[in-house]
Amino acid sequence: MKTEGRTTTPVAANMNSIQTVSGSKALDQATQLIFETGTPRRTGIDFPEPKGRPSRLGAHARQGEIGLPGLSEPETLRHYVRLSQKNYAIDLGVYPLGSCTMKHNPRLNEKIARMPGFADVHPLQPVSTAQGALEVMSVLSHWLMTLCNMPAVALTPKAGAHGELCGMMAIRARLDHDGASHKRRVLVPESAHGTNPATAVQCGFTVDEIPANQGGRVDMDVLRAKLAGQGKESDVAGIMLTNPNTCGLFESDIIEIAELIHAAGGYFYCDGANFNALVGRVRPGDLGVDAMHINLHKTFSTPHGGGGPGSGPTVLSEALKDHAPVPYVIKTDDGFDLVENPDEKSFGRMCAFHGNMGMYTRALSYMMSHGSDGLKQATEDAVLNANYVQASLSDVMTTAFEGTCMHEALFDDRFLKDTGVETLDFAKAMIDEGYHPMTMYFPLVVHGAMLIEPTESESKGELDRFILSMRSLAVRAKSGDVESFKQAPIYAPMRRLDETLAARKPVLRWTPPADVAEAAE
Amino acid sequence: MSTYFTEDHEWIKVEGDIGTVGISSYAAKQLGDVVFVELPEIGREMDKGDEAAVVESVKAASEVYAPIGGEVTEVNEKLEEAPETVNASADSDGWFLKMKIADADELEGLMDEAKYKAYCDGL
Repeated sequence: MKTEGRTTTPVAANMNSIQTVSGSKALDQATQLIFETGTPRRTGIDFPEPKGRPSRLGAHARQGEIGLPGLSEPETLRHYVRLSQKNYAIDLGVYPLGSCTMKHNPRLNEKIARMPGFADVHPLQPVSTAQGALEVMSVLSHWLMTLCNMPAVALTPKAGAHGELCGMMAIRARLDHDGASHKRRVLVPESAHGTNPATAVQCGFTVDEIPANQGGRVDMDVLRAKLAGQGKESDVAGIMLTNPNTCGLFESDIIEIAELIHAAGGYFYCDGANFNALVGRVRPGDLGVDAMHINLHKTFSTPHGGGGPGSGPTVLSEALKDHAPVPYVIKTDDGFDLVENPDEKSFGRMCAFHGNMGMYTRALSYMMSHGSDGLKQATEDAVLNANYVQASLSDVMTTAFEGTCMHEALFDDRFLKDTGVETLDFAKAMIDEGYHPMTMYFPLVVHGAMLIEPTESESKGELDRFILSMRSLAVRAKSGDVESFKQAPIYAPMRRLDETLAARKPVLRWTPPADVAEAAE
Repeated sequence: MSTYFTEDHEWIKVEGDIGTVGISSYAAKQLGDVVFVELPEIGREMDKGDEAAVVESVKAASEVYAPIGGEVTEVNEKLEEAPETVNASADSDGWFLKMKIADADELEGLMDEAKYKAYCDGL
């Protein structure tokens, strides 16, 4: 075989010792700030100076330059494509961020959402010309109410926390309507989402925390003691409970919790952020829930990212449904209509229009393409995957609680004891293995917590590779190789960042270097 | 002068009717690098167990509770500019606030240094 002139095997060399002049490492390209790539003197588009039109801005006219960088179209495109390639995404690999439900966003959802009839609809066009969009909202509402066994749903909330606010405002409206102004205390278990107490306070309630028991669930003795002997005279307005909770555990006493709260004249808010572990298997209405938000961007596969848009429809019980916000869709003899004006019981309006329409089409597309049996299977697979991860790692890592989990597996840092490696170092080492780290140091009730939510959309092969990486990291940590963990990430575009300095002394504005500033004078 | 500790890891040093409050070095170590401290207003009346301050680290944000009741007379403004003092010197320079003690009897339920050390060892 002739091999002259063309090397077919890589030359053995210490690759890490090569420093490129450009700072790039092949496809990992060095990227400047956009302010450094462009200058205010340049522009990518040639517009003629406007002439002959008097300015109508008066005193509001801009006095000086604002200094935005000018870039050509290819420069702009390259800048953002390079940045996007440094990003981790669900479309690149396993994204085990517990509590966040980073599941696959089916492409069918996107296709449906981009159909012009949905994509181009405007909230101010006459309802007679938007019947299809209203029907989507109506059918979506039907699915959500059916899956939850609840008689009403408010579609408008634009995120999970907004949905919480909706539910708690409905509870507040009901209490005010009944003249129960002494009911201002909301019970919040330690294992609840952090937004729960914040929402309660926002609605004018005080928060009373219930500790977790040894099993990671609500301490029933404490709950009973807080409600004992007062009946409906109790000042308890309700409870905000996440189920499954942030420890990834089903609150097994949930029926009794609902009964105790109702006996005290309070209402049961359930944080539905983890509803993806229940869909098709458990209906919150059967558990005695009065209000629950549903994160369409978790459970029903609409995208997270870029900060949104989220969508947090909130289902309401018979006791609360009259207090739901406007607008909502009704079906009349002439088709669908929007109820825009609140009656005296409704607590009013949460946003200008009807919520994030684009999420409704995506969520409904997900529901209808899966069918009720498919949704049930997705739930079961999510729980199965989490338990597969937990069972496959429990001999080298330490699970926070005994027994099976729901849709996420929770580990603590006992397996790292005396190794010198901390949860943070372990998470950074996962970056080198090509994975987005799991959620860390949350929930707070578990020391050095590592919360892993694989979701149903990962195959066994993908999970096995992930597990292999996690096992090898755990073994390496225990073998005394602290240094490589403290150095991690080694292969990421940016190495370990000084998060403490960034938090203490954040640099929030780019300022031009002195010579550039002078040149612009 | 005696120092008392709570189960929530606050300490209070008592001199006459003035108590100086901070968080223990155990708590500071558990929190990790402290990045922000929110202190109460001077003159605020607090009951035992009220939220007196907030301490935020790279890992978590936590409340600091009043170990006993009293009125805030002074706060450690240095912490606003240099929150790292809490990590460097939780037991002395990293103090949070001074209070005029309302009822010294409330100190009785708190732990002394030896008891607190044993309590931490058991965690």
